[in-house]
Amino acid sequence: MSKKEIDEFSGVETSGHEWDGIKELDNPLPRWWLWTFYATIIFAIGYVIYYPAIPLINSATQGISGITARSLVEQDLKAAQDAKAGILATIESSSLEEIRSNNELFRFSVAGGKSLFKVNCSQCHGSGAQGAPGYPNLNDDDWLWGGDLEAIYLSIKHGIRNDEDDDARISEMPRYGDDELLDTDTIRAITNTVLEMAGLESDAKLAKAGIEPYVENCAACHGDNGKGDIELGAPNLTDAIWFYGNTNSEIFTQISSPRHGVMPAWGERLGEASVKKLAVYIHSLGGGL
Amino acid sequence: MSEKLEQFDVEAVNKREKQQPLYSARKRIHPKRVIGSFRSFKWLLMGITLGIYYLTPWIRWDRGEFAPDQAVLVDLANRRFYFFFIEIWPQEFYYVAGMLVMAGIALFLVTSTVGRAWCGYSCPQTIWVDLFLVVERYFEGDRNARIKLDAAPWNLSKISKRSAKHIVWLIISIATGGAWIFYFADAPQLARDFVMGDAAFVAYATVGVLAATTYTFGGWMREQVCTYMCPWPRIQAAMLDENSLTVTYNDWRGEPRSRHAKKMKKAGEPVGDCVDCNACVAVCPMGIDIRDGQQLECITCALCIDACDSVMNKIGFEKGLISYATLSSYNQNMMLAGATSESEILPEKVRDKNGKLKSYFVTNSWRTVLRPRTWIYVGLYSAIGLAMLVMLAVRDRMDVIVLHDRNPIFVVLSDNSIRNGYEVKILNMKTVPRSFKLEIEGLEGASMKLAGSNHSIGQSTVFDVKSNQLLAVKIYIRAPRSSLMSENTAFKISVSETIENGERSVYNANFVAPKGVGQ
Repeated sequence: MSKKEIDEFSGVETSGHEWDGIKELDNPLPRWWLWTFYATIIFAIGYVIYYPAIPLINSATQGISGITARSLVEQDLKAAQDAKAGILATIESSSLEEIRSNNELFRFSVAGGKSLFKVNCSQCHGSGAQGAPGYPNLNDDDWLWGGDLEAIYLSIKHGIRNDEDDDARISEMPRYGDDELLDTDTIRAITNTVLEMAGLESDAKLAKAGIEPYVENCAACHGDNGKGDIELGAPNLTDAIWFYGNTNSEIFTQISSPRHGVMPAWGERLGEASVKKLAVYIHSLGGGL
Repeated sequence: MSEKLEQFDVEAVNKREKQQPLYSARKRIHPKRVIGSFRSFKWLLMGITLGIYYLTPWIRWDRGEFAPDQAVLVDLANRRFYFFFIEIWPQEFYYVAGMLVMAGIALFLVTSTVGRAWCGYSCPQTIWVDLFLVVERYFEGDRNARIKLDAAPWNLSKISKRSAKHIVWLIISIATGGAWIFYFADAPQLARDFVMGDAAFVAYATVGVLAATTYTFGGWMREQVCTYMCPWPRIQAAMLDENSLTVTYNDWRGEPRSRHAKKMKKAGEPVGDCVDCNACVAVCPMGIDIRDGQQLECITCALCIDACDSVMNKIGFEKGLISYATLSSYNQNMMLAGATSESEILPEKVRDKNGKLKSYFVTNSWRTVLRPRTWIYVGLYSAIGLAMLVMLAVRDRMDVIVLHDRNPIFVVLSDNSIRNGYEVKILNMKTVPRSFKLEIEGLEGASMKLAGSNHSIGQSTVFDVKSNQLLAVKIYIRAPRSSLMSENTAFKISVSETIENGERSVYNANFVAPKGVGQ
């Protein structure tokens, strides 16, 4: 221990610390400060008794209040659920058109739908609903199964080509090449016919040769003009949007060995209100008809 | 056994008599009442500051039917701040930041010129302690009576005096906490709700906490708050310089002090002006002796000046034995009075044969504070103030915020045209409902539609925005490839009020298209 040093001006002991000739006085603390310190200790004891506080090996002391962070979150969630219950019931009992025309219901649905979309849909359709190869872009105005509110709602509720829902939308394009329904030359000719209908670069001679097999094999679903049919989920072959690509080889492949997208049914999983919210949200992305 | 025992010259390091206490008990302070010019000035300031604090929320200010009519209101729920004719939205918070900067500079200005004037005159702690002392004095009497009462046994008279004092203190405390909440809600309505028990829990909690701190700090803690809890006494040291006015005991004319001045003079002993009456200590709310020099505890309330001046008056000396003085003038006067490291103050250098103070001593007046540092602070303060006033005068009362969709950044539609999405926010910062026309300019052939709708609305549309509200709309703009120059096409989204000479705001927007467009 260092020697005690008394400051000559104040008569107070110094702490022995010195910075550039300035020494720190070791003045005694006021006693109320000490009492305040004891008060904090007593408060801490009360806290430890009331709240869960001391960590044990596998758990922690519970405290007599029974409050846990988890129970607080549960309370908050319940409060949020209760606050939303009224508007959710209204959404459930309203028609999609009523929801869209009511400002409050519309905003609530878009906000709720956005969040539901991020959790349930973005894995395939992308976080901005921009789609991915094989998964449609939901922002544009080209809809395989219809783009009005009702059609979107049904697509979400029942899904596409799944086994779980009897009302799922179903259609299947024959595998013209793989099942040897058409020979390669015919498929090549139809490919050029489709390219020509779409206004893309094509071989005029082959395109002409493909007209007859197109009418026989394809027009039933895609229409004589290639405009498609949303009743059958048959895409429009004349617009700018191509699900599986619009090059010669991509179209050939799709005719020869077509791919078919599958989407689960969400009605049972999410419930009526959520499906309605999702439908209104997707419709609001700009492509809704 | 005749061996002589050795005596050691040693002492235990923790010898009982030399130990300092680890904790010191508080010494009660009983400030005596003072009469004087500084005290009067402080009464006036106390009236003004307390008046502002308690009454401001009750001032009404008509803003029409769509906005609150309280002159000063911090509307936390709606995130608006009203101050008479000024209304501030959260994004205009820089006005508040500017005011804080001004307050900071004002603090530098005041401290560098007149020392801790904030502490001594306008700090809430000082004001409320003063107010509590008035109550204490009313019920218990002045200093001597209070000391007597402290020592007296607990009889009926002491109990009644003490409880009356504490009851009034508590009433003041509750009123203090109560006034605070009225700044955050409609005062008359909240007052009714508060009394009826209908106010929000946070209102009662706030009043409770503020009443408790007011009562504790003003009634019980007093000088302890300043000395031990407040950082300001430490910070102020950095702002003072040798030209700052501080409350100073002029020992060049006071020393050597004596209670027997006449006797000493007759005996030919040197004697100064200080008659060691301790009036300056008795009136000090901090309980210190200003004659020990400038010290951390001194809040420069100047009450010792008043006390000493009245004593000087009685014994026929000039005022100002304790006065506002700068360190440099004090040092100068000490030199003139003959005080050097070798010699003491020489009274014959202080007063002439007729007993008059010699004229060469420097006195400080308000002019002392006018020096370059002062003007720099004043200049900064005024520049910021003026800039804020100009900004307030010309600021827009509408604003338009446009956010381009980022995911997806554009959408190709079935007819090969391109669509971009924009979130448009229109801020109507006036307290009346207004209509705004939104228009796209410089994007030929483009058309808009609103989210959720499937009708094109062309190139312009009108929105009604409620009073003092923000309207957020999602618009989709569709443009044919032929009207797009490149991947990025600049155009404008303009929003203008539908009345003549209304406000208008133009946003320079960008229309994004896929690669290859326009080539």
